[in-house]
Amino acid sequence: MPKANTINHLPSSPSVDKVGVEERVARFQSRSIKNHAKMQGLKMVLSMIDLTTLEGKDTPGKVRQMCFKAAHLHDGYPDLPNVAAVCVYPSMVRLAKSIVGSHGINVASVSTAFPSGQAPLEVKLTDTKYAVENGADEIDMVISRGKFLAGEYAFVFDEIAAIKEVCGSARLKVILETGELITLDNVRKASDIAIYAGADFIKTSTGKIQPAATLQVTYTMLQAIRDYYDETGQMIGMKPAGGISNAKLALHNLVMVKEVLGQEWLDNKWFRFGASSLANDVLMQIMKTDSGIYQSGDYFTLD
Amino acid sequence: MSTKNNNWEYAASIEGTGHIQLKEKYGLYINGAWVEPQSKAYFSSINPHNEEHLADVAQANDKDIDRAVKAAEKAHREVWSKTTPAERGKYIFRIARLMQEQAKELAVIESLDSGKPIREARDIDIPLACNHFFYYAGWADKLDYAFPNQKKESIGVAGQIIPWNFPLLMAAWKIAPALATGNTVVLKPAETTSLTALKLAEIIDAAGLPPGVVNIVTGFGDTGAAIVAHPMVSKVAFTGSTAVGKLIQKTIAGTDKKATLELGGKSANIIFDDAPLDQAVEGIINGIFFNQGHVCCAGSRLFVQENIADKVIRKLKHRMQSLQIGNPLDKNTDIGAINSADQLEIINKYIEIGRKEGSEFFQVDCALPNKGYYCPPTLFINVAQSSVLAQEEIFGPVLTIQTFRTVDEVIQKANNSPYGLAAGVWTDKGSKIFNLTSKLKAGVVWANTYNKFDPASPFGGYKESGFGREGGLHGLGAYLK
Repeated sequence: MPKANTINHLPSSPSVDKVGVEERVARFQSRSIKNHAKMQGLKMVLSMIDLTTLEGKDTPGKVRQMCFKAAHLHDGYPDLPNVAAVCVYPSMVRLAKSIVGSHGINVASVSTAFPSGQAPLEVKLTDTKYAVENGADEIDMVISRGKFLAGEYAFVFDEIAAIKEVCGSARLKVILETGELITLDNVRKASDIAIYAGADFIKTSTGKIQPAATLQVTYTMLQAIRDYYDETGQMIGMKPAGGISNAKLALHNLVMVKEVLGQEWLDNKWFRFGASSLANDVLMQIMKTDSGIYQSGDYFTLD
Repeated sequence: MSTKNNNWEYAASIEGTGHIQLKEKYGLYINGAWVEPQSKAYFSSINPHNEEHLADVAQANDKDIDRAVKAAEKAHREVWSKTTPAERGKYIFRIARLMQEQAKELAVIESLDSGKPIREARDIDIPLACNHFFYYAGWADKLDYAFPNQKKESIGVAGQIIPWNFPLLMAAWKIAPALATGNTVVLKPAETTSLTALKLAEIIDAAGLPPGVVNIVTGFGDTGAAIVAHPMVSKVAFTGSTAVGKLIQKTIAGTDKKATLELGGKSANIIFDDAPLDQAVEGIINGIFFNQGHVCCAGSRLFVQENIADKVIRKLKHRMQSLQIGNPLDKNTDIGAINSADQLEIINKYIEIGRKEGSEFFQVDCALPNKGYYCPPTLFINVAQSSVLAQEEIFGPVLTIQTFRTVDEVIQKANNSPYGLAAGVWTDKGSKIFNLTSKLKAGVVWANTYNKFDPASPFGGYKESGFGREGGLHGLGAYLK
């Protein structure tokens, strides 16, 4: 079924009970991931990372180093996957593409006046087109939270649909910035708007606002994806970003994906972690699972 | 770039049993000592997961019960009723602390003996059992504040008979308020789950309670009957089936024995179209599949508003696929073993009836362990109010689903049951909650949650679900005259 792409087709979002969500999330966290399941899970996490640098002070040198790491996570250890993508500002897309393109690693670019989104639509469209023309495989846009909180849902919907149009073949990730939406009811509503307006992925946060990718928020968004799949048979991807800096939390995210959406989503085509420091903690856990000993952070490269 | 590696199953994560201490053979704990049963008979307590023998347990007869009740009567008359309330509280606090120290051992034994998942034993049963002792320890010296301007006295010997679904927790529900109010106790655990009550006897012994204040006797129905019938038992507290509850009523008719009976249930869980649906689905799961459905207040009758029925049932079926069924000691197990072969047979009999009646049937498609007593989570959809499945308590992981259109209709149907223990209401609208909670004839009504327990909250039923309240302030009153 093709997407309707008009807000009139948007179903009313179900309410979300925070207490119930917290309880459910606690159950995911009580899953015990051991032995081969842990090793498999950790490698899966690595393969799902969007290795990210989004700072005003980013330099070509910094981006170049990060891109090299994307394809060489820990060369001393055999059979490690590469990360899924690198995530940079539009100005760094061309450079990043020139390094990781040959490794099958995607380049994701933030756009639409990231992180605030406080710019007119023309600017956002130009921003997005620039990134796509420079070789971005994926676009991470932000929604207009101010308009959303003012109740202008049609504005938010139309803006996403317009950005989707200029993405071409690049996959569109829509950042809700859940830390600014405050309630889980709003998170659910914004998820539905993004999905029905054409998002290929929905993403929690920019990483600039706290709280970011809490399990509660991610769970609520996964339920929206589940409901859309049940309605239409179409899969939507999910990307929690910001605050997932350790392997255990990442594994609990995977538990949640498996139990809410199913095994089909346990794939970097459908699930990503937006993170800058997660990779090293996962690497550390992989070494520990193998050798039984924790190594010092000095044995893992900081890029 | 797809990873194509997405078949990810949890590895077994089995809780260790190296730290538990079980004797090969347990006598009766009477008058502060372990004694051989006069019957000389013992029976085996087995692990419902693999049908392996765990320990031999004494089978008490009339003479043993007489001995236990007389010890309790003497302890009440000479010691416990004269112990100062603050001192009683100290003993109960001590029991609570010792239980906490041994929580891990108690959880593992509970899971082994009853078949319940270690996660539930560890996170719910044992902590809640400890909390009951802590809670009632606090009341022991504050009874004058609980019942101002009344001269309350202890009743005497409480005969307490508990079921197999929450063995240690039910022992705590019974013993803690009885001790806080100055009564002495003869308690009989269910025959399939005696072990944690016997461990509790060891804890009570270690806590230095005066001999005879708590006596723990094991056995079958006739042992329980002997407790109820003993003339020196002044108060009967029973949790279990309605059939046995009726027998107890007959036995004590014409005597001055006080009683509280907490019996069966067929509780309605009601989902309105404005409910937070995903959380309601969790509530349905928790309502009926918690402890394999061996819960007297299980939400075993689901009422879903007609316009969302398809959606809710689809979500429910999907959610059921992620339930992990199997070895109760696996930390990831959500659904453990049915408590006994007998209970499994009862459940299967009902499933057979349901299939013959022809309402839509759904079971999770999963591999069950080869040995042991297992039943997959089961739904019967579009069940009629007049179906046996919707009327009788199954006490297993079997949910009946009915639809409704209006509030009045669902209230009528929910109340149209010989039972009245609990109910659940799921809606985003506060006014609807208050409307329903005031009209549902059930002892406990949960709003937007289910199966939540707290020592401070009273619990008990209407109609054939029994009478009297346990827990909270109300639970104290039942042990005072």
